[in-house]
Amino acid sequence: MFAFILRRLAVAIPTLLLLIVFSFVLMHLAPGGPFTGERALPPQVLANLEAQYGLNDPLWLQIWNYLVSVVIHFDFGPSFVYPDRTVNQLIANGFPVTLTYGGLSFLAAVILGVSLGVVAAIWHNSWVDYLAVGISIGAQVLPNFVMAPLLVLVFTLWYRWLPGGGWSFNDPSFWVMPVIALSTSYMASIARITRSSMLEVLGSNHIRTARAKGMPEHRVIIRHALKPAMLPVISYLGPVFVSMITGSVVIDIYFSTGGIGKAFVDSALNRDYAVMMGVTILVGALTILFNLIVDVLYAWIDPKIRY
Amino acid sequence: MVIDQSKMQSLADRFVEAEVKGRSPWADARRRFLRNRAAMLGLTILVLVSLFAVIGGQFAQWSNEELDFSVMGQVAQMGQPSLENGHYFGTDNLGRDLYARVVQGTQISLMVGIVGAAIAVIVGTLYGATAGYVGGRTDQIMMRTVDILMSIPYMFVLILLLVMFGRSMSMLFLGIGLISWLDMSRIVRGQTLSLKNREFIEAARATGVSSFRIIIRHIVPNLLGVVAVYATLLVPLMILTESFISFLGLGVQEPLTSWGALISEGAGTMNYGTLWQLAFPLFFFVITLFGFFFVGDGLRDALDPKER
Repeated sequence: MFAFILRRLAVAIPTLLLLIVFSFVLMHLAPGGPFTGERALPPQVLANLEAQYGLNDPLWLQIWNYLVSVVIHFDFGPSFVYPDRTVNQLIANGFPVTLTYGGLSFLAAVILGVSLGVVAAIWHNSWVDYLAVGISIGAQVLPNFVMAPLLVLVFTLWYRWLPGGGWSFNDPSFWVMPVIALSTSYMASIARITRSSMLEVLGSNHIRTARAKGMPEHRVIIRHALKPAMLPVISYLGPVFVSMITGSVVIDIYFSTGGIGKAFVDSALNRDYAVMMGVTILVGALTILFNLIVDVLYAWIDPKIRY
Repeated sequence: MVIDQSKMQSLADRFVEAEVKGRSPWADARRRFLRNRAAMLGLTILVLVSLFAVIGGQFAQWSNEELDFSVMGQVAQMGQPSLENGHYFGTDNLGRDLYARVVQGTQISLMVGIVGAAIAVIVGTLYGATAGYVGGRTDQIMMRTVDILMSIPYMFVLILLLVMFGRSMSMLFLGIGLISWLDMSRIVRGQTLSLKNREFIEAARATGVSSFRIIIRHIVPNLLGVVAVYATLLVPLMILTESFISFLGLGVQEPLTSWGALISEGAGTMNYGTLWQLAFPLFFFVITLFGFFFVGDGLRDALDPKER
């Protein structure tokens, strides 16, 4: 197991470094620098600015410096548009918010999706099953950017139950709509995956044996069916996690929650390359880390896997 | 001697029958697909939406760029859907005809979906088939590259590309195309690995057909089923991606529009009582996704009956 983790790390770390270099080169290739505005700066000022940000160094040196400061010091440098703020501060402002509603959405999608799928599989072809399949098909075409306006329409404009935007760590009523909007379509996918894999497992030989020896049905399901049925779900968790972070862009814009998605879109509109790169790299690192965790979890649950 | 004509006829019929009786796997699949009610419903929806995109513009009484000055400034009261003033779907917030806009948005969203899936099919199939057929170290390197590309948060990179190189349709196609082929190449590689040791490939190799021709003439046609199913499921994903980016205002730019942009506009103004601006684009978006998912599932069930 330890060797397996090491081997996965050996792929993950170069990937991350490659991502950093890739986004840096991309930024360098882009037409127009951070200081090309509508009003041309005096040449002397421009030269000073470029010297301060190290833009006159050869490309390889710039990449090296950036890499060192990111990897060793976790320092993404100053923002190009707001010189008094560093990228780290901008990220640190938004990250706890994204983590809160993203984590809750993740839990909601997994718990509700798995329960729905399991229930549908146990009472296969009953009304519960049809209801679950109906919900999961319906929810599949409601991505976060469709759910968000619909939720605001119903719960804020019509019933006035929930605040239509903003964020507070102390008041859960601000969390409800972001979590529902973000988790619905993934809950549907997880329910579908769980249902079909659970159906397959319930028809397999070891379940028949367990039933034949008189084991109570709830124990059959919890002890023997659930674990193998979870394997396809676990391999789907990586994409779900990525989508939660990506979806935060929509959530932050639509509900003004102020997470890192907002920092990203703001910087995209301001052409604040330093912040864009910082967020992209951070998200990339989280993605890679999470995929690593999922792989390890998969290897741990599935006895057949070789590592 | 009199030959019994009717008996001869029935004998002749028997022979003809025996010839046509064998059903190919494709005919079987077609029959299963035609019997699947959800898939046929999906197919009907898709045909209707495509017709709407192609000839819907003929019925519009206003162009998509024209402002109707009679409703301007009082869109909530005057801009409602009505047959009398020719705005079947009402107007948008600037007084433009929403019907014409939805037709245009449908055209662009469908185009992005189909072009994105087409890039995925072409690049992914060739890449996956090459990696699988050549095997060895080449395969290792090619699939490692796919692994690495897959672990990149592509939506962020796509937005990065759009911001840095300008928000144009071609950049959007390029960006979506860059990421869409990854899954396809993996699936195709897996299929190729199982095909490559079959007799007919060996025969082709023994007669001295070049690797490239084997991939194009013998491997790729045998992958068609898997590729078709996956491509049908890929189109809605591409539409979702494009709509996501357009919703953020980073995708298709005015005067062009797409479902995502229209949904975003409609969502922005729903507070003023102009709900139809959200409802019409959302309706087309949702039914089209339904259609593609149903058809994709139906195709998969039809081509792979044991999976049910």
